[in-house]
Amino acid sequence: MTAGVFLVLSAFLASAVEMVEALTIVLASGIARGWRSSLIGMAAAVLALAVIVAALGPALTVVPLNALRLVVGGLLLTFGLQWLRKAILRASGFKALHDEDAIFAQELEEARTAERLERGGVDWYGFTLSFKGVLLEGLEVAFIVITFGSTQGSIPLAAVGAAAALVLVAGVGVAVRAPLARVPENTLKFAVGVMLTTFGIFWSTEGAGGSWPGSDAALFGVLAFVIALSALLVAVLRRRKRERFVAAGARA
Amino acid sequence: MKYVVSFGRFWWDFVVGDDWRAAAGVVLAIGATAALAAAGVAVWWTMPLAVALVLYVTLRRASAP
Repeated sequence: MTAGVFLVLSAFLASAVEMVEALTIVLASGIARGWRSSLIGMAAAVLALAVIVAALGPALTVVPLNALRLVVGGLLLTFGLQWLRKAILRASGFKALHDEDAIFAQELEEARTAERLERGGVDWYGFTLSFKGVLLEGLEVAFIVITFGSTQGSIPLAAVGAAAALVLVAGVGVAVRAPLARVPENTLKFAVGVMLTTFGIFWSTEGAGGSWPGSDAALFGVLAFVIALSALLVAVLRRRKRERFVAAGARA
Repeated sequence: MKYVVSFGRFWWDFVVGDDWRAAAGVVLAIGATAALAAAGVAVWWTMPLAVALVLYVTLRRASAP
């Protein structure tokens, strides 16, 4: 039950963050190059992702569970640490915050100035921009859904979380027809980093032959540990940033 | 050849990311956990400890002047 709730929540949050980014690219492509090419590119990418999930999902179910948890746990941990590292650097001021409005403006400018090349009534630049954006952002979602789902023995449950995010982000995107800049994206990315790292620690330990005191309930303990560790590292880095600022001021 | 390099670079960025040391730390930690577990040691503490160390090291490098 605990792992099931975590599973849906993690798939939902990770999918929502990636879909907000994909939506920004599709919107920029649609506005600058025309909606037909942009939507065909998006549909082609969704189809490619569906094929990847359909091919890899059943294949993973035949892998022994401990081996699967070891590999998936390790991969989730490397993913989670990437997300968490960036989130901590952003929260402490060492990295610029992710700004969907600025990214949208840049994508729009690049799309408007690119050369027009039509094939079969489809603008190639608009198609490719949209296709690449959705495929690359969606690949991480597909990976999370497949690995979370297969390791917990329920790909459909993980897919429910991802589908809920898709409906929400696409619905709001169609309604406002603007980048979802008011979504607290940096906070969501922090949360996803924490979730991925938590699952990564939990599963890689089990896959390596260890067991947790309290079984699945230990997930709460791991989660609390990762949150506390992240908060501590943000505080340490903020202090370092402040000290450097003061030292630079004293030299000036 | 260009496509092979781009393909390899994409997967490297996708899996390993900005700092290869973090990914290497994860692999080493999992290996050490498996070895300790095989020796009969309770290993629930090893991965959390490794994650704390890896995160500290990679963030220290990223925030260095």
